[in-house]
Amino acid sequence: MAGPSLLDSLFQRSLEDLIKGLRLFVGDESSFISKAVDEIRREIKSTDQQTKATALQKLTYLHSIHGVDMSWAAFHAIELSSSQSFNFKRIAYLAASLSFDPSTTDVILLLTHQLRKDLQSPNSHEVSLALHALYFISTPDLARDLTPEVFTLLNSNKGSTRKKAIAIILRLFELYPDAVRVCFKRLVENLENSDPAIVSAVVGVFCELACKEPKSYLPLAPEFYKILADSRNNWLLIKVLKIFVKLAPLEPRLGKKLVEPICDHLKKTGAKSLAFECVRTIVSSFSEYDSAVRLAVEKIKEFLNEDDPNLKYLGLQALTIVAPKHLWAVLENKDFVIKSLSDADANIKLEALQLVLSMVSEDNVVDICKVLINYALKSDPDFCNEILGCILLTCSRNVYEIIVDFDWYVSLLGEMSRIPHCQKGEEIENQFVDIGMRVKDARPELVRVGRDLLIDPALLGNPFVHRILSAAAWVSGEYVRFSKNPSEIVEALLQPRTSLLPSSIKAVYIQSAFKVLTFYLHYSISTKRVISSASQEVADLMHGRVPENSQFVRTGPVADSDTDDGGLNPRMLHRSVRDASVESFEDMSAAHEWLSSTSPKAESITEESILNILDLVEITLGPLAGSHEVEILERSRNVLGLVELIREELPGYLMKREEDDDKGQKKTHEMIKLVAEAFSEELGPVSASSQERVPMPEGIVLNQSLDDLDAICGDLGLHIPTSFSLGKSISSEKDDVTMSDRQSKEEFESTESTSLLAEHRKRHGLYYLQSQKKEMAYDDYPPANDLKTGENADDEADDLIKLTEQSLFSKKKANQAKPRPVVVKLDDGDGPFIPAKKVESKDDLISGAVRDVLLGDEATTSSSRVKKSDKSSSKRRQKDKLDLDKSSGPIEDSKMMENSELENANLRRSKRHSRGKEKKHRSTAKDRDEHEEGDKQKVSHHHGKHKSRQRADGALTLAAQSPVIPDFLL
Amino acid sequence: MIKAVMVINTFGKPRLSKFYEFQPVEKQQELIRHVYTVLSNRPDNVSNFIRSLGAIFGPDTRLVYKHYATLYFVFLFDNSENELAMLDLIQAVFVETLDKCFRSVCELDVVFNYSKMHIILDEIILGGQVLETDSVEVVRAVEEISKLESTTSAGTLINKSIPSWWAR
Repeated sequence: MAGPSLLDSLFQRSLEDLIKGLRLFVGDESSFISKAVDEIRREIKSTDQQTKATALQKLTYLHSIHGVDMSWAAFHAIELSSSQSFNFKRIAYLAASLSFDPSTTDVILLLTHQLRKDLQSPNSHEVSLALHALYFISTPDLARDLTPEVFTLLNSNKGSTRKKAIAIILRLFELYPDAVRVCFKRLVENLENSDPAIVSAVVGVFCELACKEPKSYLPLAPEFYKILADSRNNWLLIKVLKIFVKLAPLEPRLGKKLVEPICDHLKKTGAKSLAFECVRTIVSSFSEYDSAVRLAVEKIKEFLNEDDPNLKYLGLQALTIVAPKHLWAVLENKDFVIKSLSDADANIKLEALQLVLSMVSEDNVVDICKVLINYALKSDPDFCNEILGCILLTCSRNVYEIIVDFDWYVSLLGEMSRIPHCQKGEEIENQFVDIGMRVKDARPELVRVGRDLLIDPALLGNPFVHRILSAAAWVSGEYVRFSKNPSEIVEALLQPRTSLLPSSIKAVYIQSAFKVLTFYLHYSISTKRVISSASQEVADLMHGRVPENSQFVRTGPVADSDTDDGGLNPRMLHRSVRDASVESFEDMSAAHEWLSSTSPKAESITEESILNILDLVEITLGPLAGSHEVEILERSRNVLGLVELIREELPGYLMKREEDDDKGQKKTHEMIKLVAEAFSEELGPVSASSQERVPMPEGIVLNQSLDDLDAICGDLGLHIPTSFSLGKSISSEKDDVTMSDRQSKEEFESTESTSLLAEHRKRHGLYYLQSQKKEMAYDDYPPANDLKTGENADDEADDLIKLTEQSLFSKKKANQAKPRPVVVKLDDGDGPFIPAKKVESKDDLISGAVRDVLLGDEATTSSSRVKKSDKSSSKRRQKDKLDLDKSSGPIEDSKMMENSELENANLRRSKRHSRGKEKKHRSTAKDRDEHEEGDKQKVSHHHGKHKSRQRADGALTLAAQSPVIPDFLL
Repeated sequence: MIKAVMVINTFGKPRLSKFYEFQPVEKQQELIRHVYTVLSNRPDNVSNFIRSLGAIFGPDTRLVYKHYATLYFVFLFDNSENELAMLDLIQAVFVETLDKCFRSVCELDVVFNYSKMHIILDEIILGGQVLETDSVEVVRAVEEISKLESTTSAGTLINKSIPSWWAR
């Protein structure tokens, strides 16, 4: 048995050999590594410790540097940890701490005994090894079992061991909150140690604890204050400041006390780190103390003027914190801020951008955006998009709070879309649609900008713009009544290059074309009727003008371009279509009477122009009717269906246009009107959470089978909405009885297929939900080409300085040209609805325990713990009881801890009591109560926890007052 | 607290890594690669902080790095640490200690003294908390440990391996 191990140990490669081998090896590294791992697998089984240790060491190296799995070797590490040799022990513990996963490595428990032994070792380095390992691998069980040992170490007379034990306490508290009850006092006592390293370790622990739940540590404020006032150790002071930042919001009176020493440190210290921490503390927590803020801003200015980019960056960061409350601090440094926009350091540029945007207000938003866009044009793609993102975010904040002139903003969005590096398509898309729905007055401009984007064939080639084009198409379709030239939009929507679009966006295009076409037909037919009775020369005129589509339509539906702003333009037409179509029709005829009286060319929508458009639609969409994409297929079929219907009716209609009551004409007209109406319903913004707010009707069973619905629908001849319902399509307009015969016939035919569908549904139940049109995300496009920053960045910076100067100091512009339009807001806020959920975390447990320890003593501890349980539910109480009943383990442990405490600390206890009393004297309220509790504690102390807990349960009513946080500082 | 310490060379090879919150080994490698790509894209003479690291580290995580010759020393930490203090910790404590232990440290020292690197780091940081900032103290502790190791390992060599070999 010794044979192979001997050989192995003789010819074993050491870690150094392995590293050398790896360095010299040419070719595939992984083959070398797997060979080495095979070797290690053999060696690690050796009975010779040296061989095993070397193998484990090599494996640990490969694991940590080359990512080799070593979970299989967990047991070997545990085996080796019991070695007498310090070296082997260290290798074993290092392997454990680098590779064990506390949640899955199940052999960790086997280490409990060895860790306990090593924690008690007289050799401080062995203790240190065990503490390090304990940090990495501890589980709740391990933490529970080893708390007594760590507790003992908290009092170790070796400083280095003691501070390590203190640092490890944090992990114990996290995993086993009851450890707080045992260790907390000793931890606090260490705050008064004369060794700054130990105090620093304790403060570090409190800093972490206070980050999670600051309130519980407020009673320790005097101790921390003392450190702040007396200590000269920068590390310590920084941590204390971090704690105070957490405590300050809870106790407003802290500020008065703290500002002075903090300012002292700020003035005196030579250490930049401490100075920065002081500045950060003042600007983030004590910004109401003007003199302190002034001092801090002075210091920030010093930082900004340093050569070190780190200090510049941190200075700007501090300015960002101070900006919301003291904008003057930013204004004082604005030259620097703006210059920093063209700094070489990306960090600095980003901070400067934040600061520039913090200066934005209603009055200067136009100017600042203009300059920022100029910067964006010259920056590298990353920063360009950063700028665009910031502009979009700032302008849309609080439902476009700072935007007064929406026409400007909409055209800015259009401008942004054309910036070559722009990758903010999704955000711009959202804002286009959002503004369309919220701001009525912005719609004409939206349609104009949308048109400009749609008719530009070049944009279709840039995948980053596709999302924006989708929004532009939607806007043009939805608000087509503001369009100056619908036929032009139809052409743009159907242009050949749209084949470059992804199918989801293509579907939006087709749907928009549908809407525009419907509007166009509806409009032309209804006007035709008016005109045909008014003037007879139409037929003569129209033939000559057919090819010039754009021209005649401009003069046609909307005479806006010529007349300034007509109250009579057709954009009013559909305002109330929803209520009464007759009314809108009257509007339209009124408009056209006016039009035809003002312009002789008004009636120039001709049969031929309509036919041209219909041809175009058929030619472009015809091939798509066989598309594999269901969205495209469905929508293009809808459009083609409409075109087909029109084509049949149109010649008859045009020929008999003089006979108003002709059947065919009526039918076509009715039908188009219906479709147009379906689209004219206004869409408003919807809160993201509205669905959740709908209360569930009583008795509804959501996973009920809907099979019988099929039968009912079959009877009624109703159409079950198929999975691709296109908004309010014709078939779903069930309220309308006037639906054309032809259509209803079609629907009857479709019931057959409906039952097939239902069959299919039955089989695939779950997956058959209504699918909404989904937009695809385009995040993974390669970045666009680099664009060099222009040389005249400095000029630009000067411009901006001037601009901001003007805009910041000129008060509100005399009076805005237009009043700010109404922006629709939802009553309940637009943010996503987060259902209030109470999470009880371990932090609560820790802080609960801490509060108990700090405010009372052991007797109050358990009682207030019960008190607390009204918050933390009775579940915990049950758990406590369970512990009592079920196992004697934890109780024994706590007894043991108690005993050890008694043994170790008889002397200190009396001291602690007097300290406790001092605290009580300082507290204003509850003196008597606390004294009584204190007495009780003395009694219960000797009976151990078990009994005190029972007593406390009995004395629940007595202690049912909320814990009062004593008034320490004042 | 400090979340991780990494030493990566300028070609992206990790030389030392220690994570103070458990991470599966694949995740560790991913994080190291991510940090390296971020660092390698940064020019010299810019600030040593990186604030936005993406989602994989959690929102509060910040990074301080220092570039020495062929090595990046990287510390990741959350907002209960001071950025400049961390930079100090790299320069004035960690690297200075390495300098003292290896007599002007270079990448090869780091490569071949994997264990010792861990010993040094463990003396400075325990469980994400900075415990020792005096490099003299660290060096002293490291020397003590080396002495301890050499006596025990020499002991085993002489007492176990060699005699048993000779005994055959």
